[in-house]
Amino acid sequence: MMKHTLSVLVMNQPGVLARVAGLFSRRGFNIESLAVGVTDEPNISRMTIQVEADDATLEQITKQLHKLIDVIKISDITTDERVDRELALIKISGDAANRSEILQVADIFRAKIVDVAEKSIVIEVTGDEAKIDALVQLTRPYGIIELVRTGKISMVRGSK
Amino acid sequence: MNSGGTARHPLVLTPGLRVDEGVLVLGGLPVEMRGAEILIECLKAEKVEVVFGYPGGAVLPIYDVLYDADIRHILVRHEQGAAHAADGYARATGRPGVCIATSGPGATNLVTGLATAYMDSVPVVAFTGQVATSMIGRDSFQEADITGITMPITKHNYLVKSTKDLARVIKEAFHIATTGRPGPVLIDLPKDVSNGTAEFTYPETVDLPGYKPTYDGHPKQIKELARAIEAAQRPVLYVGGGVVSSGASDALRKVAEMQEIPVATTLMGLSAFPTAHPLSLGMLGMHGTGYANLAVTECDLLIAVGARFDDRVTGKIETFAPKARVAHVDIDPAEIGKNVRFDIPIVGDAKRVLEALIPQLETKTRPEWLAQIATFKNEWPLGYAKGRDGIAPQYVIEQISELTKGEAIITTEVGQNQMWTAQYYRFKQPRSFITSGGLGTMGFGFPAAIGAQIGQPNRLVIDIAGDGSFQMNIQELATAVQYGIPVKIAILNNGYLGMVRQWQEMFHNKRYSATVLSGNPNFVAIAEAYGAKGFRVESEDQVRPVLEQALAEPGPVVMDFAVSREANVFPMVPPNESINMMVRGDR
Repeated sequence: MMKHTLSVLVMNQPGVLARVAGLFSRRGFNIESLAVGVTDEPNISRMTIQVEADDATLEQITKQLHKLIDVIKISDITTDERVDRELALIKISGDAANRSEILQVADIFRAKIVDVAEKSIVIEVTGDEAKIDALVQLTRPYGIIELVRTGKISMVRGSK
Repeated sequence: MNSGGTARHPLVLTPGLRVDEGVLVLGGLPVEMRGAEILIECLKAEKVEVVFGYPGGAVLPIYDVLYDADIRHILVRHEQGAAHAADGYARATGRPGVCIATSGPGATNLVTGLATAYMDSVPVVAFTGQVATSMIGRDSFQEADITGITMPITKHNYLVKSTKDLARVIKEAFHIATTGRPGPVLIDLPKDVSNGTAEFTYPETVDLPGYKPTYDGHPKQIKELARAIEAAQRPVLYVGGGVVSSGASDALRKVAEMQEIPVATTLMGLSAFPTAHPLSLGMLGMHGTGYANLAVTECDLLIAVGARFDDRVTGKIETFAPKARVAHVDIDPAEIGKNVRFDIPIVGDAKRVLEALIPQLETKTRPEWLAQIATFKNEWPLGYAKGRDGIAPQYVIEQISELTKGEAIITTEVGQNQMWTAQYYRFKQPRSFITSGGLGTMGFGFPAAIGAQIGQPNRLVIDIAGDGSFQMNIQELATAVQYGIPVKIAILNNGYLGMVRQWQEMFHNKRYSATVLSGNPNFVAIAEAYGAKGFRVESEDQVRPVLEQALAEPGPVVMDFAVSREANVFPMVPPNESINMMVRGDR
């Protein structure tokens, strides 16, 4: 089993996300993360889907996805040179006593403080999965109140 | 309903109306049409001659236009019947079948029919009414999210939000349903879309960047297949419904005859190759012939064409065709490698691939292989025990086969009736066997027969049924009577849900849990109550005379054959067993 990153161009139609998600669930494929947004062409969206699958399953996933009328193109960019990014918002319990400690941790990760309240701090961080995992790990001891991650988006490097 | 022979669309009759580059114009201005009118014009443009449906509140605008349109409407008695009839029509003719249902329960009643068509790759276009767009999502009266519900059982579906999109959507729907691997497409039409107006242009082409079926097989792969066939000692063709739907029967026969390759078919592929042909092995799989299963087990090259290695075909998958290289021809790339390993994959239309293969093949005889097949046939002839407490059901099918010379269109229900028909009816031409293979839908055969009969008015259409299955859509007798649709129904009546009872006998110590149909009605009286003819047959010597009389009747007929109650379907491959490990059963 290996983690694969699929970059999928789809028609920007109502229901397209349900079609893709439904296909994965009814054929027993597991989505690790899925991010979707419109491309430079307003009628086309890009989905970045991360799946864990062996080769045969991945081939079935790809072929079944291709059968969806709204799916235009699927690229497996797992082995391509690429930039992976994810954004996370982490709400941590923090007050005057440990605030500066938390700020230091955030600083090391080049994360931004986007909200400070009496008893909580919200950190915004972007990076690859490992970086966000590491920051989550380090902030856990302070008490994570809420964690929101966008799911990974990816882009192949160079002019390809 | 129609009152004359001329086109009577109100807009078409308007003086000064003309078509300018596909757009209806009046005095230089494009004419707006109502959504329901656009729908009917699109159906005409698609040369739809008949729709099967059931009205209701959300489709009232469509039915109002249908009232005097040049399209025949068949009023079924349950929407499931409409979907199956459209399916049967499509399978019998090769043209898309069309059905209509209202919103909510009307739409959900189509679901089993759509799933049936989807599993067997049948082109059906279903129109459902929907509550007005402003009411969607509020749990309105008779609202159901039918596009959500049917997403996994349609090739594609649409919820039309604006009348101006309607013509394009319908064009796309027919294109998607009938091309590539065919399948059902559903269009959900909110009432305000049917009532709303838009300019009407029927597009000539579709723009679907995500949909480009591959028809021609890769030449290198076809060459590779030709080489593999030349090199093989013991090849077998394993062909399915794709051969029927692509019209590849002639090409298949040519390939088989040139190279003396025995042909085993799936349930869906049965009519693709004549049963009486010396190279025919009949059906393979769980209730296939012993010789087909042995041939597949012994073959060194398995050429799968338009078949999908269903578990009822393969049995235990690890030991399926264990000595063979596997070539797999299918128009759906996702089928290749889905269930079994493959050596030579070819994505393409069965007919085109086989036709491209023919010129690359030499003629060849295979006396040793055919001699081995002949010994399989001697060891495992099809045969059955004489009926113990009733007519042998297989005998009824043999008589139907003889009497119709294998030239009828046969539909079946699901269960023992279906398997015995597959074993004992001797098919001659494609599209003459219509059965729910993938989904296994009881209640399919009768409404499918109605659809098939309307599509092929000059053919004899017979539904071979069980007493259980027939009762699942028995209400369609009213449809057959109302329109004088002369389908013949042969019920193999054993008072059980026979196939389930057979499994209970074999695997559950004869504990016949919920399979005894002691409340069966008098089928003759039921038929007569509907205004059809009914016959009851209780002895073997009456089978032939009653069949002769019934098949000659001009209208719908129900024949109720009292068959041996605990007759079983044999041979049988027990579940999860290799297909060469057949149970022979009693003879």
